[in-house]
Amino acid sequence: MKQNRFWAWVVFLAGAAYFIVPLVATFEFSLRMRRGYYSFDSYASVFSDPNFQTTFGYSVVIGILAIIVGIVVVVPAVYFVRLRMPWLRPVMEFITLLPLIIPAIILVYGYIRLYNSSSIIPFTGSALGTDILLVFAYVTLALPYTYRAVDTGMRTIDVQTLTEAAQIAGANTVQIITAIILPNILVAVLSGAFLTFAIVIGEFTIASLLNRPAFGPYLQNIGANRAYEPAALAIISFIITWGAMGMINVLGHFAPRTSARTD
Amino acid sequence: MAFLDVSNLTKSYGANTVVKGVSFAFDKGEFISLLGPSGCGKTTILRMIAGFETPSSGTIMVDGQDITGLKPNQRKLGMVFQAYALFPNLNVGDNIGFGLKISGVPAEERRARVADMLKLIGLPGFEKRYPYEMSGGQQQRVALARAIAPRPRMLLLDEPLSALDAKIRVSLREEIRAIQRELGITTVFVTHDQEEALSISDRIVVMNAGNIEQLGAPHDIYNMPRTRFVATFVGQLNNLDATVVDPAAQTVSLDGQVITVPNLPASSTAGAAIVLTVRPEVLSIGQRQGNELALHGTVEDVTFLGSVIRIRVALGRNVVSLDTFNDQRAAPPQRGAPIEITLAGKDLLVLAN
Repeated sequence: MKQNRFWAWVVFLAGAAYFIVPLVATFEFSLRMRRGYYSFDSYASVFSDPNFQTTFGYSVVIGILAIIVGIVVVVPAVYFVRLRMPWLRPVMEFITLLPLIIPAIILVYGYIRLYNSSSIIPFTGSALGTDILLVFAYVTLALPYTYRAVDTGMRTIDVQTLTEAAQIAGANTVQIITAIILPNILVAVLSGAFLTFAIVIGEFTIASLLNRPAFGPYLQNIGANRAYEPAALAIISFIITWGAMGMINVLGHFAPRTSARTD
Repeated sequence: MAFLDVSNLTKSYGANTVVKGVSFAFDKGEFISLLGPSGCGKTTILRMIAGFETPSSGTIMVDGQDITGLKPNQRKLGMVFQAYALFPNLNVGDNIGFGLKISGVPAEERRARVADMLKLIGLPGFEKRYPYEMSGGQQQRVALARAIAPRPRMLLLDEPLSALDAKIRVSLREEIRAIQRELGITTVFVTHDQEEALSISDRIVVMNAGNIEQLGAPHDIYNMPRTRFVATFVGQLNNLDATVVDPAAQTVSLDGQVITVPNLPASSTAGAAIVLTVRPEVLSIGQRQGNELALHGTVEDVTFLGSVIRIRVALGRNVVSLDTFNDQRAAPPQRGAPIEITLAGKDLLVLAN
């Protein structure tokens, strides 16, 4: 028994080291900008860079828009599939997995061909149009995560009975989704939102090929031209992503509690 | 004019017809139970009244209005579900006030009505509690309050007691009946529990395989079952195979024992096989005043049920169950012992198959 636990710890520590050592090394390197001793100069340099502020701000805005559009599209879709068209679920599962299978570069080339300035819907003909296209691209990219998060959330509640209880009380479909369904799956929806945010904030391929001033291309540019700042940016990106993941964990504690009791 | 008028209601799923041209009419303020086994179509009828299922044909009228084509949220009905279906994100006050809020009742009036409702269901001061903080019985009472708060035209109860423990079930059904009487609200109650239906209904619709087997007051349903199904489904019943001996003398042979059956139809023919039914509680061990018929058999089994002892007596091919009160001073009969059971001839019914 003890022997078993010893090897379990060895494997665990080896695995942990695989992830932690490069991270610690990167962090250590990011502190070495000033020769001879550790400092946060590289971080100060990053934060004071106006390009950092604009690209980061841009990606945050695009990320928030992608989250909102994602919720507006996915929540009603999952709701209706669960309620009225359960036979469509395998199709939905398949479609929402496609963004994981089709590389982002294929997606963006498809977009450029379909929505170029000489097409019927010339999204890429203007900056605003391209921004809209970018938001939709991110909604698509985050679909596997958003769909699953929302679907899991809906599984925890009795969608049909709650819908019927609200209907018989006089509520219409919009009132049911906004007042009953959405609040009860909010934790799941927010989990999907944080995953979307984590994906969007560092995404490079689509933003770069659509030529948008996003954080991903900025990271790449800094990485190619500077020494210490990329390490600092890597750590900052990690903190943002982990923060988003940590929020999902925290939110899990606020999930609706079951009230199925027989007493 | 009937308050609830269901006529020729049919529901089919593909080739499977689950409700087959059902019609009934009830007056305002009645407590009606749809009683039957699983899959008999009772819940489907309730769901069609609520608007959750569309009838394949037939009409549903409530208070003179044809509601067959209306959406559930336009029908002005209240409903309580088996699984409580309280909104987990709303507290008790908001749950009860949900329908009022939807219909635009001002907040002040809503608060007062919620407080009234909580008083009615015996949970005053529970406004701020959440469903998960309450017992199943309390949740179902809140669900009842939510259903009646907007003053619906009719209350629909879809097996509201099934998810509860036995003791809570009894107390809550009495409470539901008391509230229903106080408000005078027409109520349709779906259940598969015959005791529940018998104890709280004004009238019962006994259903089987999509059809109405019998419609009547609990007393009539129990004492005068019209079909074999009703007789066996409602209450305990002994079915005895017998042969007509002499129709004129109203005698039948029951495993070789000839007895007189006053209810034997005049149209019976000698030698015809018939089924006699008798409730366990009308049979007695040994002679008893008013019991003019006697049957002899052997004790096959004795089951102790607390206040009641159920004895199975083999008469030959037929086996009858009889219930007798537990007498602490006397030992129950032994298995294999010969026994005489008596009954009044009028309690023997001849069933149509």
